[in-house]
Order: sequence, then structure tokens, then C-alpha cells
Amino acid sequence: MLSGGDMLIRALHDEGVDLIFGYPGGAALHIYDAIFNQDKVDHVLVRHEQAATHAADGYARSTGKPGVVLVTSGPGATNAITGIATAFMDSIPMVVISGQVTRDAIGSDAFQETDMIGVSRPVVKHSFMVQKAEDIPMIVKQAFFIATTGRPGPVVIDVPKDVTDPGETFPYEYPETVRIRSYNPPTKGHSGQIKKAVEILMGAKKPVIYSGGGVVLGDGAEFLTKLAQKLGYPVTNTLMGLGAYPATDKQFLGMLGMHGTYEANMAMHESDVILAIGARFDDRVTNSDVSKFCPDATILHVDIDPASISKTVTAHVPIVGPVAPVLKEMLEQVEASKIKQDKEALAAWWKKIDHWRERQCLAIAPGEGGIIKPQQVVEALYKATNGQAYITSDVGQHQMFAAQYYHFDLPRRWINSGGLGTMGFGLPAAMGVQLAFPDAVVACVTGEGSIQMNIQELATCKQCALPIKIVNLNNKALGMVKQWQDMQYGGRHSASTYADSLPDFVALAEAYGHKGVRIDKLSELDAKMAEAFAMKDDLVFIDVSVDPEEHVYPMAIRGGYMSEMFLSKTERT
Amino acid sequence: MRRIVSVLMENQPGALSRVVGLFSQRNYNINSLTVAPTEDPTLSRLTLTTIGDDRKIEQIIKHLNKIVDVAKLVDLTEGSHIERELMLIKVKATGAQRAEVKRVADIFRGDVVDVTPTMYTIQLTGTSEKLDGFIQALQGTTILEVARTGVSGVARGEKVLSL
Repeated sequence: MLSGGDMLIRALHDEGVDLIFGYPGGAALHIYDAIFNQDKVDHVLVRHEQAATHAADGYARSTGKPGVVLVTSGPGATNAITGIATAFMDSIPMVVISGQVTRDAIGSDAFQETDMIGVSRPVVKHSFMVQKAEDIPMIVKQAFFIATTGRPGPVVIDVPKDVTDPGETFPYEYPETVRIRSYNPPTKGHSGQIKKAVEILMGAKKPVIYSGGGVVLGDGAEFLTKLAQKLGYPVTNTLMGLGAYPATDKQFLGMLGMHGTYEANMAMHESDVILAIGARFDDRVTNSDVSKFCPDATILHVDIDPASISKTVTAHVPIVGPVAPVLKEMLEQVEASKIKQDKEALAAWWKKIDHWRERQCLAIAPGEGGIIKPQQVVEALYKATNGQAYITSDVGQHQMFAAQYYHFDLPRRWINSGGLGTMGFGLPAAMGVQLAFPDAVVACVTGEGSIQMNIQELATCKQCALPIKIVNLNNKALGMVKQWQDMQYGGRHSASTYADSLPDFVALAEAYGHKGVRIDKLSELDAKMAEAFAMKDDLVFIDVSVDPEEHVYPMAIRGGYMSEMFLSKTERT
Repeated sequence: MRRIVSVLMENQPGALSRVVGLFSQRNYNINSLTVAPTEDPTLSRLTLTTIGDDRKIEQIIKHLNKIVDVAKLVDLTEGSHIERELMLIKVKATGAQRAEVKRVADIFRGDVVDVTPTMYTIQLTGTSEKLDGFIQALQGTTILEVARTGVSGVARGEKVLSL
């Protein structure tokens, strides 16, 4: 016989959860007492509920297992919303348990009451309100099933306080299986459609494989790589898809889209066949006018979510299904296919691509007087970590530099908020990764703007002894905002600068009990970076002064074709 | 183009708000909405009318299908179907108008279901178009109140929407 609170924690354990992120409060106290009374499920105390959701998110992205969050009612629940929305946009499996006022107080505007089911509704895959304690095991089972299957996403379980009352106990049994009659996600793709797609692929003269976050989340990286190499076709990844195809391979064109490489965007624009896998033709890829998107391409689109297919760009061959089995079947069909590839056309296509590559769109123009370019910092980071680190990022210029210059060869190593674009994501996400992989090198590439949105988590890192390396590209301004203001608003820097009120980040890190390293000369960049990463057991805040005038390029020209880009402050296509 | 979408969903708290929320969230229109439990009390049937081109309707259907509580749905306007809506309308009926209102109601096969010395309450069932037509026909009189249920419908023939 267990109380509702005990059942909840026991059910998490039975579901395979050993770590949850949270913050206590009145309505969740029975649950917190249940945590205290057992040792199977560990709890990490964050310093703000938003960080709990991002940490669980980072844990989920790096491991593939669902992240779990526990918060209290009212402000605890609403603080979690940004992190839930972040996970929702990027399809991250997550279960968020929120305390709620007692059942009889719901609707009475009680202290710390908020309608969490209502507030979270647009940003969750599904949600449950526990009506009676006996339902807890089945609700937990269903919540994890929904969060982790189909297109994954966050699920909220709202738990009224009296349901977890330690004074009332019930028989407990965790269900072994679950079936929800109204929820049946696809488990494989349609073979006929796959056949049709393979025929078009094999006959392509100017093909591109465009793969997205779904390939990472759906564990399809291995099959993607095999398929691409079997076909010999160029591959580009979205921001969310980086690492699904090895970035150092010769068939890789780099990231595509708004800040994608010249060669990736040119190849997309001129392609005759696009194989889109686990990607959703987001506006950062297609630019604003979809009628100008890849005018000559036949589009083959694989996605587990039918609503992502033909949402913005019409797919000629839609394939609904999980990416891994679909890619596997495609690979088998390609291997068995009798269609002869047009070797001559493909050789000409690669020649064209090599010509685009010669433009070296990511070449770094060194700064004057030893000033450090932000891109050089990411290169130094890549060297210091041998390209093997888990990299989390915040949102802004530094995020794009990390995506462009850290060459991810493995999936689940690049962890960023691509869809919602949540500043403040990087540090808590890094906590989740480091807790999942205590011996791995975890670095958070951030900016002085983003890091201040969840800086309080330095305390959580101290409490949990997390040796994260924070690489702060400090340009003393909201760089991406400033870039847009430079390019589109006549250089009027409205509310994007604060140079005279920045904290001393090294001193701040030290105040939290961590180490700090300041780098402001290019000549010391590599050495100091290596020195910071040599401090294996410490969190090191690496504050790097970078050129405040730097912009991210290439940059798509709004409303244009994918082939239209700014390549620097003075050049455009 | 006007569409009638019928949805079979779990009769659970929150299910209706998820469906309605989808429409406001994604900037789709709902022109009418009606919902009630079916012969199986664990299932509700919701029918809504909306307006959109094929692309928009395809998205609406896909997103409705994604809602965990939604078990099955059909766009009734894709095939031949029967649609009905019920209206209760209170009309001023005094003097010469009294007989005229009754006559128009008879033409439309409406029933007078409540009477006072100065007004009639008329019940009318039919397609939305017919109900609109009746309101048009009563233009010369004073309409005091209109209560419409919104459209309900089924496909013609053997096709059924069930689990």
C-alpha cells in the first residue's frame, strides 16, 4: 500500500527514471517527502524552474531518454512553461509533473493556483490532471508512452496536493503495457511510397539529402550515413540535424538555411531531387517566400508527423513513418535496385559543388590589432576538445558560430534550442548533459546576453560539482539583434547594448565557487583555452572578449531564393 | 470553401479545449461547433464547420488527428452527406404580422413551439442554408432572439464514423 506521492516516485522508478530535475513548493511537498524516503530516484535542485526543464531537455537530447521535471503549482508551473515550449518546438521527450492545489480548492483562486493544464495546453503534446490517486500508475505509464513515441514531445501531469496525501494509501501495481485507442503513431513507412522515392532518387542528376532534427531524435544517423554514402550524394543538415551526418566527411555540405553555407544553399537551390528526412521546411531553411524555394526540385519527404508534410512546401512523394526503419528500407531498396545512376551527371554535379566550395564562405578574416573573432574562439574550442565534446548553446550569434565552426561528427552532441530560440537554454542544458555523462567533456557556448538569463544555475553546478566549461563569446551587446539593426535599421542599436553594466564574469564565477579564465588577446586564445579544459574537475567560466562588430555570414536575403545570400558586409551573391 | 468536420474523441475533461485551442492557436476559423456524447458514453462526437482552401483543410485535419484524445475524424463535405441544424427563433407576432409569420413558418416546415399574445417561438430544422433562408424570409418582422445549435451531420450510405 502506497500513498499517491509514493506511487508517483515509485512509478517513475518503474519507468526507468533515475534522475529528475525540480524545485519544491507547497503543493509539491508530499511528493518531495516521498523523494526523501527512497533512494532510487535522484533529484537535482535547480535555482529556477525554467532551468529544471532545460536541464531535463539537455538530458533527453543527449541520452535519447525522456527528461523528467518536478515543480510546484502556480509560479513553479508557469516558470516551467518556457522550457516546456522549448522542448515542444524541438520534439523532445519530457514529462513534467506539476503540483496543484487540493481538488476542492481548484477554481477558487487559491494561493499559488494556476490552471496549468490550460496554460501549458498549446505547448504540450498531451496533459493529464490526476483526479484520484489510484490513477497515478496508469497516468505515468501513458505519459511516458506519449512523450517518447511518435513525434516526441513534453507531457504534463498536474497533481492536486491532496491526491498525494501520505495519510491515504492504496494498492500499487505498475502496468506492464499500455494502449491508448485514440493514439497510434506510425511504426513503419509505406513500402510503395519508399519504392517510388527510391526510383526518383536513383535517377537524380542533381540530388541533395536534407536531413533534420528528426534523424537525430529518431536514431537514424547510422542509416542516413550509409544511405548517403551508398548513393554518393551530398548531404546538408539543418541546425537541429547537425551530427546526424559526420561533418568532416567529404559528402557533407555544412548547414543550410539562413546562416547555412554557400555550397549547401546553392546545391539546394539548383537541385533536381531533394530527399528531406526528419526536417520540416522551417522558415529558417526555406526563407520567407516558399514559392521561391528550390524551383526545380522533386521533393521526397520522410517524417513521422504527417502534419509536417506539405505544411509549407508541397512534397511530391510523402512518406509518413519513423526515420530509422524508413531509411533502413530505403537503403535495402537502393542496394537491390537495378536502376543505373547517371554517373556522368552526378560527376558534373559534384564538380559544380566543388566550385561553390572554392568560395570558402566560412573563411575567417583575421581581426586587426590582435582582436579575437568569435569564429576563432569556436575553432579553438574544437581544437581543445578534439571535436569530441558535447556542445550546448544559447541563442544568438554565438549559436550560429558554434553550428558553423564546430564540426559535429556524431549525433546528440550538439544541443541547442532551434525551434523556440530560447536564450538561457545553454547552461541548464549542459547540466543535464553532464549529469547524464559525468565523464564527458561538456561545453556551453554562450554570449554575455544569454548566459545572464539563467546565470543563477552556477549555484546548481556547484552543488552537483559539474565540471562544465562555459565559453562566453563576450561582444558586450546582444549581437544578433545588433546585426539585424546594422543591416535593416540603419545601425540604430535600440536596446541592444549594455557595455557599461556588464558584470565581471570571472569574479562572478569565482563568487559561486568556480574557476574563471579571461581571454582578450588572440595570441593567448589557444593556450588559455587548453588551460581551461585541463581543469577537468572544475567548472571554468571562459570569458572571451570578441570583436563586437562581427556579423554572422552567410546570411539569407529575406524574401529571396536560397541562392541569394550576403557573404560578408560587402559581398552578396 | 465551407467544410463540415466530424470528430470522434474521448469523452474526457480537457478534450474539447484541446480541439478548440488548436483552432485559435493556428489561426483557423470555427463557424459552428456542436458536441455531445455518442451511444458509447466514453466517446463524444464533435462536429464543426470551418472555411478554408484545400491546403488549410488538410492541415486542420492532420492537426486534429494529432490530438491524443481524437480517435477518428472525417471531412463530411468530401462526399455526399446529410447535414442538419436546429434553430429556435423568437419573432414578434402582432396584428397582420401574426398570420404572416405563421404562414412563412409553415412554408419552411417550422413548428410554433411557444406562443404569447405578442410573439411566436418557432423551431426549424434543416441545413444551415435553409435556416438562413428562413431568417431572410422574416425580414419584414421583428426578430427578438435566435438560438442555433450549429451543424451536425453524417455521411450518406453505408459509411460510418465509428471505432
